[in-house]
Amino acid sequence: MFSQTAAITGINIRSIPERWAPSLVIVIGLAGVVAVFTALLAMSTGFASTLQAAGRKDVAIVMRGGSDTELNSGLGREEADIIRQAPGIRVGPDGKPITSAEMIIIAELLRGTDTKDAANITVRGVEPGAFLLRPQVKIVEGHNFTTGLRELIVGRGVAQQFKGAALGSHVRMRGSDWTVVGVFQSGDANESELWTDINVARTTFGRTGESSIRVGLDGPDGLDKLKAALSADPRLTVDVKDEQDYYSGQTRDFRRTIGVLAGIVTLIMALGAVFAALNSMYAAVAARGKEIATLRAIGFGGLPVLVSVMIEALLLALLGGVLGAAIAYVLFNNMTVSTMGQTFTQVVFNFRVTPELVIRGLVISITIGMVGGLLPAIRAARLPVTTGLREL
Amino acid sequence: MTRTGFVVANLFRKKTRTILTILSVIMAFLLFGLLQSLNSIFSSGADFIGATRLMTQARVSFTQALPLSMVPKLESVPGVARVAYSQWFGGVWQENTQVFTFAVDPERYHDVYPEWVMPEEQWKAFEHTRTAMVAGKQLADKYGWKVGQKIPLSSNIYPQKGGSKSWAFDLVGIYDGKDESWKKQTNAVFINHDYFDEANMFGKGRTNFYILKLAPGADAAQVSKTVDAMFENSPDETKTQTEKDFNLSFVKQIGDIGLIVRWILFAVFFTLLLVVGNTMAQSVRERVPELAVLKTLGFTDGSVLGFVLAEAVALCLVGGVVGLTLATLLGAMVEQATGGQFQLNVNGVIWAIGIGTIVVMSLAVGLLPALRARSLKIVDALAGR
Repeated sequence: MFSQTAAITGINIRSIPERWAPSLVIVIGLAGVVAVFTALLAMSTGFASTLQAAGRKDVAIVMRGGSDTELNSGLGREEADIIRQAPGIRVGPDGKPITSAEMIIIAELLRGTDTKDAANITVRGVEPGAFLLRPQVKIVEGHNFTTGLRELIVGRGVAQQFKGAALGSHVRMRGSDWTVVGVFQSGDANESELWTDINVARTTFGRTGESSIRVGLDGPDGLDKLKAALSADPRLTVDVKDEQDYYSGQTRDFRRTIGVLAGIVTLIMALGAVFAALNSMYAAVAARGKEIATLRAIGFGGLPVLVSVMIEALLLALLGGVLGAAIAYVLFNNMTVSTMGQTFTQVVFNFRVTPELVIRGLVISITIGMVGGLLPAIRAARLPVTTGLREL
Repeated sequence: MTRTGFVVANLFRKKTRTILTILSVIMAFLLFGLLQSLNSIFSSGADFIGATRLMTQARVSFTQALPLSMVPKLESVPGVARVAYSQWFGGVWQENTQVFTFAVDPERYHDVYPEWVMPEEQWKAFEHTRTAMVAGKQLADKYGWKVGQKIPLSSNIYPQKGGSKSWAFDLVGIYDGKDESWKKQTNAVFINHDYFDEANMFGKGRTNFYILKLAPGADAAQVSKTVDAMFENSPDETKTQTEKDFNLSFVKQIGDIGLIVRWILFAVFFTLLLVVGNTMAQSVRERVPELAVLKTLGFTDGSVLGFVLAEAVALCLVGGVVGLTLATLLGAMVEQATGGQFQLNVNGVIWAIGIGTIVVMSLAVGLLPALRARSLKIVDALAGR
């Protein structure tokens, strides 16, 4: 039986070039399904991993209670001083706790070629501790901002995606010009921001406190110690989260939205592709009715015929799947885009076509191939020999 | 047998194929309808023509509040009939549900937005009750709020003076929209700005947005230029744009993603078209001998072309119309399920584009095979050459 299957499959596959058009329908249809599925999910994977990479387990972020995001949060100077003295905070080389009070401002910048409808970009006022807490942040061009001056450093992602944020350019905020003096790189969501000295930001924007405070944690139980101490203090109402938790929370909505979109689109397309594949395979079987009947007449069994038709469908489906994944990879992998994150501001990230996504895409295409091949294969195997031979 | 009957009979000769082809066309147009409606959210054109309201915000961004002392200055700008203001409250209902909540001056807001309809005594109550709030009809229906209830809302931004983030407001009115499209947007809550300003812990006398109602015949572009020039080089520089531009800029923030999604999905649609087209072309190819027989019987070249084309048109039309209908229903379902927040409205324009596409598609997939059928030489076709 195995040799029979192999023989028929061989004939089938060798004859594909002679009837390339209907075979191409299956390949192209499935390539489309897999390419779209992979591209959409590559987008959500890229977004999530950019934000997640920005968060560290050994850094905690302290915000006003119930704020959810740094943008909504606000703390006073006195609160900050209490938090800085809390237990569980790592001590830096100078013997002081490593902390950074940070203030979030939103500025509008124009994207690439746009002339209106500016997008919101996060401007973060930071203390020197910010660089100790984020060792991944490295200045790659120009120099760091000078304390006390209206100078900004810009994340690589923002510098690429938005005009007016390149090295040497001026950003206008609150009636004054700020100079971009450096570009930094971090490989994560920090690159979607502009940074400056928090004290300059405070005076310019007329604020006294800060949005949040980041602190380095002292060992694995640091977070618990800090949480316990801060929640026991009657002078404070704050939420304490480790950074990774904070950033993961921000990706949930985006992943869900893209997940639903990818699900609906893939489903509709997959149905379309199943119908097209069924059509093509029925046509393929019908065109070879006489041939199949002849094989049956000289002693080939029904099962080898069925299996051989299935193999053909699956091979074409696999080919389509691989083609689709390749298209998604070539067109989209590492493509840099930006979109609105949880805090109304832009997050710059890269598409990521991961091996896991490719495998999921291929599973989908093989499933469609299976569904599309099965019914025609059964018809082929059941075709009465006499009818088949009589057919024109 | 009539000609129509002949075409129909031909379509049903290979039932499986016809049904499968129609089903793929349905899927293609279902996707098309949904995409187009998604598309129209992104690309609705914005212009100054017919604008009746302008939005003024801080130039840095709308999260930066502007001082209320701007009101008289804005009112003095020629062409501005009335000024209202609105402040984002960051309202949260129960555990974690965000509610669009704005602190406004009731009287001014009422003047500037005649589109919100509410009994006059409820407007009066809103004006005179310090702790009043009014809610959109959709929202009130969703949460079962009734006039007279005390509604607890917390803010994820503003604590009260005591430090508590829990607020409570008296629901004194439920507003509706003046027509269908406004009725769909009644999902915000308005509270009294005076009370908010007094009771919150920080930020006195400030607001995120000014809404300028234009006098009849005022030049929107000119007014917005005058306003922005007035505050230039002050700590509170402004950016003034039409209401429509303002709303659009939110959608545009989704930015690249929107563009890419549309780009991908149109590629999908054309893939499906290609697939369907190929199937149809194939069905004609297989019937070459039959077509020759028709010609032998005396049918003209023109009517053979007609038969083939009619078949393609019938397939595309049935599939297309069913697909667009499904898209309309599905879009309405999505809109209902999300409480009008996500409007997938497959409207007349999209139907018109869809029908146009059906026609183009029928020609694209039907014309080549039809022309081929017309130019068939009987002898060659019968001989299978």
